[in-house]
Amino acid sequence: MDSQLTLHVDGEPRSLTVDNRTTLLDALRDRLGVTSPKKGCDHGQCGSCTVLLGGRRVVSCLTFAVAHDGAEVTTAEGLAEADGRLHPLQQAFLDHDGFQCGYCTPGQICSAAGMLAEAEAGHPSSATADGDGPGGVPRPVPLDEEEIRERMSGNLCRCGAYGNIVDAIRAVAGR
Amino acid sequence: MKPFDYSRADDAGSAVAAVMARPDAAFLAGGTNLVDHMKLGVAAPELLVDVTGLPLDRVEELPDGGLRIGATVRNSDLAAHPLVRRRLPVLSQALLAGASGQLRNAATTAGNLLQRTRCGYFQDVTTPCNKREPGSGCAAIGGWNRYHAVLGASEHCVAVHPSDMAVALRVLDAVVTVLGEDGERRVPVGEFHRLPGEAPEADTVLRHGELVTAVEVPPLPAGTRSGYRKVRDRASYAFALVSVAAAVETDGDRVREARIAFGGLAHKPWRAERAEEALRGASATDEAFREAAEAELRAARPLPGNGFKIPMARNTLAALLRELTTEERR
Repeated sequence: MDSQLTLHVDGEPRSLTVDNRTTLLDALRDRLGVTSPKKGCDHGQCGSCTVLLGGRRVVSCLTFAVAHDGAEVTTAEGLAEADGRLHPLQQAFLDHDGFQCGYCTPGQICSAAGMLAEAEAGHPSSATADGDGPGGVPRPVPLDEEEIRERMSGNLCRCGAYGNIVDAIRAVAGR
Repeated sequence: MKPFDYSRADDAGSAVAAVMARPDAAFLAGGTNLVDHMKLGVAAPELLVDVTGLPLDRVEELPDGGLRIGATVRNSDLAAHPLVRRRLPVLSQALLAGASGQLRNAATTAGNLLQRTRCGYFQDVTTPCNKREPGSGCAAIGGWNRYHAVLGASEHCVAVHPSDMAVALRVLDAVVTVLGEDGERRVPVGEFHRLPGEAPEADTVLRHGELVTAVEVPPLPAGTRSGYRKVRDRASYAFALVSVAAAVETDGDRVREARIAFGGLAHKPWRAERAEEALRGASATDEAFREAAEAELRAARPLPGNGFKIPMARNTLAALLRELTTEERR
């Protein structure tokens, strides 16, 4: 039970035939050789496989590739400019030493990119003060440490680099 | 994982027909729970009918000021919707208390209602579980039951429903619209989920092939304050040990009307009618809130591992009511 599909991965159209059981994560890593999304828990609990799907952050281990024919997938690798210049979040993780072993880092960076866009669009979190946006008018949510920690809670770092990860994200959020 | 066929539904009627025609078929939306169950061997559908392309992804305002929430609206979009934030804070707060940013971006309204218990034995196919395999027994009753039910459980199952959103919908008296072969029916959310009784394999009253198309939420009376409070083992991204949703109308220092539901205590969101009755007309004091909680929790039957849930539920209810009634007087 196979299906044919095309994924636009980091700007490149990639056509492939997959067994329907193939997750988006396995399609990227094993079939297309795009290894920046990492397989940690494979159950949606650790966030290391986070990618941007149509611009929104999701865990790629809990969705089947077959359900995403024609979709745009951006991985941490694809966030960099074509000429190799790093994305501000990538640079900030380097500047603030936002990792130790690095395994969770591509997921952290994709998640942070998606999260910054959500906050910019006015999406609240559990840490957002009640009554924010009176009249329900969405406005960008300022990101302090509590907001960043809450919004990034889907990304685990077993090395415990959280302090520096928060610093790296704050540096970009404050721009 | 068992091989399966995949198809995309063009319209809701053909999605229903496709799943109804095969006992081994299932609907696929966000997939955050179903895909995991397929990996674990808890579910093994041989046909997935993808409903994410159906036009069920809108939030519409109803003439009475209520909202009709499409079945495939993503949890993150619903939590951020201006009308939800303004009129139904309890719903927005409950959604944001659940899962992680990534999962809320994928998970849908209907999927959230239909997610299954996170009981560790249910998810571990090497252990007995009456919900997964009727008649096999319940490993949780004599096992690790810290997260399990203290209200409405049976000798066959002590699992709890994991949704935060559904607890909020319960105090909002939401109605689930369901499409079947004979057309649409409307199910109040309080009747949508079941207690385990002798048939814990059925979480809800849905029949095979019936598709949730929307959730309708009536408006809250003017002046009602609503909110959600959740207690868990870590600060974020964990299922509830106890949660409380409430909508309260006050009249000066008195409670005119309170609607209350507990999460984390039962096989379904638990509407606390005894507590509501105790609060009707009562003064808005900590003592009254605790007495109301007691009135509800007298029926609780804890397991060896979860007796702490009873004082935790009492304290959480009192804290939320204090917050909601204090704001009101401000």
